[in-house]
Amino acid sequence: MTGEQIIFILTALFTLGSGFMVVTSRNLIHAALWLVSALFGVAVTYALLSAAFLAVVQVVVYIGAIAILFIFAVMLTRKDMRDQGPQMNSNWWFGALLSVLVFVGLFFLLQGWNGLSRTASEIPAGFDAISELGDALISPDAYVLPFEVASVLLVAALIGAVYVAAFNRK
Amino acid sequence: MVPLSWYLIFAAALFSIGLFGVLSRRNAVAILLGIELMLNSVNINLAAFWRYGDVLQMTGQVFAIIVFAVAAAEVAVGLALVISVYRRRNTVVADEINMMKW
Repeated sequence: MTGEQIIFILTALFTLGSGFMVVTSRNLIHAALWLVSALFGVAVTYALLSAAFLAVVQVVVYIGAIAILFIFAVMLTRKDMRDQGPQMNSNWWFGALLSVLVFVGLFFLLQGWNGLSRTASEIPAGFDAISELGDALISPDAYVLPFEVASVLLVAALIGAVYVAAFNRK
Repeated sequence: MVPLSWYLIFAAALFSIGLFGVLSRRNAVAILLGIELMLNSVNINLAAFWRYGDVLQMTGQVFAIIVFAVAAAEVAVGLALVISVYRRRNTVVADEINMMKW
């Protein structure tokens, strides 16, 4: 077992444990903080996959913006179900059964696929993934249209979020 | 070197945990937390297929970045809806938000 495999296993266990705490902890502030640690584990996974840009964006956008937004939302809606009452609905066993079935199904689906034991090829010398990614995002031959559509989507979502959350039309 | 299967099984497990959160939590904010876990597991798959496929093609990473943008938009709108519902109905429990139930 190589060092990379050991780092991967530790990261995966850390992320899965944090994810389990996200869905089971009773206090929502704790759940949001566990989400931060799960997202950090995913960022380490990106770094292991040598996707440096994705790792940095994960830390900046997910942990820096989205997780903080969750913490604000928890604080703004905290009054009515702080720690009392059940946090799971009455069909939680059905959800647990369904998610276990999904995992088992995906596992056996992957077992039957012959590309599964593939190993990564070496990254060619002098290949700069970040500048290639930047070229791909703005090149008309590649992905400039999805990129622009994503920015329009973000503007629409932010205007919509401000409109929905701000006005009190009673 | 880590084989591809480890990443895929790790992502499948994270997806299942997020699915459990979406299906069984009562609080609407907690449901959105589960959706974030599911989106992250999808992104792990995209990055893994980029690394283990043709590294010179940036499609996997570009797709992951689009997923980042969609996740940010989804979280902004979703949390705005939760806060708006909380102001009007004074609840964030998904079972009690039934104004549109026929």
